[in-house]
Order: sequence, then structure tokens, then C-alpha cells
Amino acid sequence: MNPKGRAAQMTLDILMIEDEPNIAEALRFILTRDGWRVDLHHDGMGGIEQIRRCRPRLVILDLMLPNRSGAEILAELRAESDLALARTPVLLLTARGQGAEGGQQADIVLAKPFANDELRATVRDLLD
Amino acid sequence: MSLRQADVARAAGISPAYLNLIEHNHRPAGEALVDRLADVLGVPSEELAEGREEARIAALREAAADAAKTRTGPAPELDQAAEFLARFPGWAGALIANARRAESLAGQLVDLSDRMTQDPYLLTTLHEVLSAVTSLRSTASILSEGGEIPDDWRMRFHENLNQDSLRLSNTAQALVRYLDSFETEGSVYSPQEEVEAWMASGLAPIAEAAELASDAAKSLAAQHLARFREDADLLGDADLRVAAAMTRDPVALAHALSVPLDLVMRRLAILRPAGFERAGLLICDGSGSLILRHATDGFPLPRPADSCPLWPLFQALGQPHTALSHQVVTPEGRRFDTISMAMRTQRRSIGGPVLTLAQMLILPFDPERSAMREDALPIGPACRICPRDECDARREPSILAPLPS
Repeated sequence: MNPKGRAAQMTLDILMIEDEPNIAEALRFILTRDGWRVDLHHDGMGGIEQIRRCRPRLVILDLMLPNRSGAEILAELRAESDLALARTPVLLLTARGQGAEGGQQADIVLAKPFANDELRATVRDLLD
Repeated sequence: MSLRQADVARAAGISPAYLNLIEHNHRPAGEALVDRLADVLGVPSEELAEGREEARIAALREAAADAAKTRTGPAPELDQAAEFLARFPGWAGALIANARRAESLAGQLVDLSDRMTQDPYLLTTLHEVLSAVTSLRSTASILSEGGEIPDDWRMRFHENLNQDSLRLSNTAQALVRYLDSFETEGSVYSPQEEVEAWMASGLAPIAEAAELASDAAKSLAAQHLARFREDADLLGDADLRVAAAMTRDPVALAHALSVPLDLVMRRLAILRPAGFERAGLLICDGSGSLILRHATDGFPLPRPADSCPLWPLFQALGQPHTALSHQVVTPEGRRFDTISMAMRTQRRSIGGPVLTLAQMLILPFDPERSAMREDALPIGPACRICPRDECDARREPSILAPLPS
């Protein structure tokens, strides 16, 4: 489905949990310009509750977050009893390379720094 | 009669340090000096010269064997080492010296490599560099790729570029200063770090502990070991294991065992009985200087001279003989239950100095054995690598980006 058309349905496409405000701002701009509906959460604390509440089609999750790590949030998501929620695709952003903690539970791991086009293509693959 | 090395050196008219260098083939000994040393030791000069020559042949063989491992082509003629040494003593000496230097550098490289992968300051700083670079790259791409960008967004992105480039340059400078300190400190690890590595690897006998490289570290380890033995005499392993199976509360344990709480805290961290497998311990003196750090996974320990002023350990200094219970939370969200207590002693006489020591027992949070507390205390590692920007206890700026408010 065309992302623009999906946007019209008011379903949240992407929940991005990223504590670096400038990275989050740049990524949200790129993805919103591509037509995806994006919401932001800046802290590890409350991350899983936000996923439950928004039920996004994709979670972009930073690994190193304050108060609760991305790996912990991911483990908790995968253990959800609501299987549809537990299977939410997760794109893990990490500065620690492909072998990062939590990498095996993510659908894909993107090592920082990455090209904007690489992120856009990955998001397209995961959502289309 | 056996002579001490210092006596031999003095009698031969050289310093003990120089004699040590000669003995290990790091300095040449002229004929006259060999004669003087032989006189002092009461042996023929030829015997001394022969011993040195044998040692040099062995060193030459070792150097040649090491070199053969890393290069192709004909192998060194090891059976001709003695002839080579006799015909070209200068070249042989240079080869031996180079081999020793290579060996020393290889050791240093291993140490530095270990430090690079384990040092929390380096890991945090490199993470900071990567975050700033990621933001710069994404933002710069947006601006350079063209496409529609509303004016207010364009201004924000320019401001972000400015912020991130400043942050990157500050972090890079801090990193260079830190890496420079490797050389000025002279040693890769401080004695305290060597002792910490020794404790983490299970308190091997001091003479056999590879982690204890410096004399200062060995002496420090011996002091700790003596204290641990005294403690074990007062509270045996078996008693502590049985009692620890009953409760996770160190105060209740001290009461049940009729022993002081500070003793229970130290014993729990060293013995680590069932239920306390990941216990850690910090001890500081009255000045707040840390004198023992027994790490536990995830608790943010910076370099030895640094600390977070909010650790409950330091609060205990102001309330001696009172056990303080706190739950603390790190910037990464890891929780720990802590018990802290300071003790005051006056050892020598009624007028003698009053000494204070504070201890903090650190237990990783276990939701099955402890409740998550609303009043958990936010702590960090040390100000310069702590992202808590609004912290009242901050004493110097952080090189990290602040946590979002």
C-alpha cells in the first residue's frame, strides 16, 4: 500500500524510541517526508507501554537508552502474550555493531552511523 | 657467604640498578668491570664472562626463533648463534635488544587492547562520538540532498549541525587527552586496577597472580588479603552460607549471626554465597577516596580516582554507625539495592586520630527478591561521563549529550 494512503488511515506506522534528540529529529523528518506516520519516545522508561498503547507497524529502537536499555524493551516486547504485538517488526539502531546485545531478537540491526537512504530502504522493506 | 645484589654492586663501584641491567643483558659490562665483579664474588673472570656469553647466545636463539615465526624465507641458522655472536657482537647485541623491545611492545599492545575493550570511559566516549557522527551525517544529508525543507526545519537542522559539530570536537579533544594520559601515567593500569582485576579473577595467591604486575599492586593485594582472612576468622564460610540462604537483608543477617554489619557486608561481597553471587563492594576512607572497589556487573565504575558524589556510600560518611538502604538507578536504567554504613575507629589511644571508613554493599536488583522503589536514587559513574545534565551534584561538565528531560 502507498505510504501516503496508509497515512490517511491514521494508523501509526513507526514508533521511534531514540534518546538523541538531533538524531530523532533528522530521522523523523526523513521518514515523515516519505509519507510514514512517525511518533517519538525519548526514554527507555515507558518504552514498552508506549508500544502497547500505539501498536505501531514498526518500532525503530535505539540500543543505548536512559533508564531502560533497548535490549530490555525488545526482550519484553517479544515476551508479550499478545502474539500480534510480540511479533511487531523491530529495527534496532546501535553504535555497537552487528553483534550487539539484543541483535538476535531484532528483525534487522542498523549500525550507526548509517546513510539516510539505507534507513529509508530498510523501513520500506519492513513495512511494505 | 652469600652477598646481596646491592652489596656486590657497591663493592664493584656501580649502582644496584646498573648491576641488575647487566645481569639481564640490558647493559654491556666492560672487561674491567667484569674483573671487579669477579673479584667481589670470588670467582674467576672467565667464569663470569662465560655465563654472560651463554645467556647472550640463549637470547639470540630466542630472538631468531621469534623472528622466524613471522617471516618467510630461510630459517635463521640457530646452530651458528655462538659463531655469530663471536664474529659480530655488535649486530648480535642489536638483534637481542630489538627482540626484547618487540616483546615489551607486544605485551603493551595486549594491555592496551584489553583496556580498549573494557574501559568504561573509552566505551562511553566512543559511543558519544558515533552518536554525534550519526546525527551530523543524517542532518547534513537532508540539507545537501535538496528536496522540500520548510524554513523553520532548515533553521533547526543548521542549529543541530552546529551543536553536533561542537559536541564532536569536545568529545574528540577529551578522547585525545585521555589517550595521552596512557603515556604520562607510565603504566597501563594503576595498582588499584591491577588489584581489582586480581579480585575479579578469584583472589589467586599473590605470587602466582598474573594480574598483579607492579610491586605496589602486590603490596595492596597483601593488605586486602590479610583483612579478608581476619574477616573469615570472625565469620566462617559455612555459617555465612547457611544464614545467607535465609534472608537477603544484611542487617538481619548480622543480627542472626551476632556479628557487626560491616563484617557481614565485606564477607558477603568476598564469599558471594548463594543469593549474593553478584554482590559488589565499595570502601572509602573519611576523605571519600575509594580504597577498595569490588565490581559487580552493570554498576558504573569509572577510573579509580573518580566517582559519583551521589553514591550512598558518601552519604554514609555523615551518619556513622547507621545502615542506609537505597535503591539506585544508573543512567542506563540498571537498578541496584545498596546498604551503606560508615564506621569510626580510634586505634592508638584516647587522643589518637579518629578514622572513618564507609562501605557500600551493592546487590543487583532482583524483582523476585526486592521491590522496585519509587524513590530510587539516580546515580552515575563520574561527572565527565555522566549524561545527567541537571544533576545538583555535578562538579564538572560532561562530555556526553544530556539525557532528554
